[in-house]
Amino acid sequence: MDFILGHYNYWVVILLMMVGFYIVISRGNLIKKIVGLNIFQASVFILYISLSTVENGTIPIFKEGFEVYSNPLPHVLILTAIVVGVATTALGLALVVRIKEAYGTIEEDEIHEQDHSL
Amino acid sequence: MIDILINVTLLAFLAITAIAIVRMTHLFAIVMLYGIFSFLTAGLFVVMDAADVAFTEAAVGAGISTVLMLATLALSKDHQEKKSRHRPWLPLSLVVVTGAALVYGTMDIPGFGDPAAPSQVHVAPYYIEQSMPDTGVPNMVTAVLASYRGFDTLGEVVVVFTAGIAVLLLIGGRRAKQTDKTQLEKESDDA
Repeated sequence: MDFILGHYNYWVVILLMMVGFYIVISRGNLIKKIVGLNIFQASVFILYISLSTVENGTIPIFKEGFEVYSNPLPHVLILTAIVVGVATTALGLALVVRIKEAYGTIEEDEIHEQDHSL
Repeated sequence: MIDILINVTLLAFLAITAIAIVRMTHLFAIVMLYGIFSFLTAGLFVVMDAADVAFTEAAVGAGISTVLMLATLALSKDHQEKKSRHRPWLPLSLVVVTGAALVYGTMDIPGFGDPAAPSQVHVAPYYIEQSMPDTGVPNMVTAVLASYRGFDTLGEVVVVFTAGIAVLLLIGGRRAKQTDKTQLEKESDDA
């Protein structure tokens, strides 16, 4: 039971990661692909924050009377990753808007048909 | 005990939302579910003692990402995902195999919240004990972000600036033709 509760976070993270991966490789709609990429990304964030948690610890803000704090280093990494993630999402969505203007569709199959690339 | 219960419930909600996103074909519903997904993630971060990350996720992840996706949806005017003509078996088996390999990898990870885990005993105690005397900032995350790793944060600003310029180059120049494009551009600048 302890083993299951101690690893439940990691298993749900893997499930979310695989759901995101599945959307990216199996769905042809470009906006849905970007949502899948974001789910994949969020699962990595949850993994890092799970690893930083300490039992009976508190938020890493210094205060008299508290001695056990969560690990602040993964928090810093993920803070940076969230902001960079949104920057890349914005760039991806701008590309989708340009593709829609150039091809008139955001479905991957129809874009390949117009290019005769498949 | 109660935080373990909340943790388990929130993670279950996240899994359900993600699977609902796979099965939906209406793009507006997908984007809204993604907003819910981000807010659930932010709630989970609060339970796991990461307040700063939760703020950022709620403001930037749930707020700006969702607004950007809605703006793209408004510009592309295509709200229904078309049925895929490919069989799902190849991607599904690839995902299952990768997932199984990753689950095998978790067997060696120390349990959730273990205070003796390698990540808690290596350099982390230095920052927890010394950040207050070193920098005078009570919030350890801010101390590392803005003081110890200040140049990293400067690099992050460069990344966001580059992305902003790239978005402007992609959809900026031809504003005169379609006025509703200015809206998306403004939001990308904020990100």
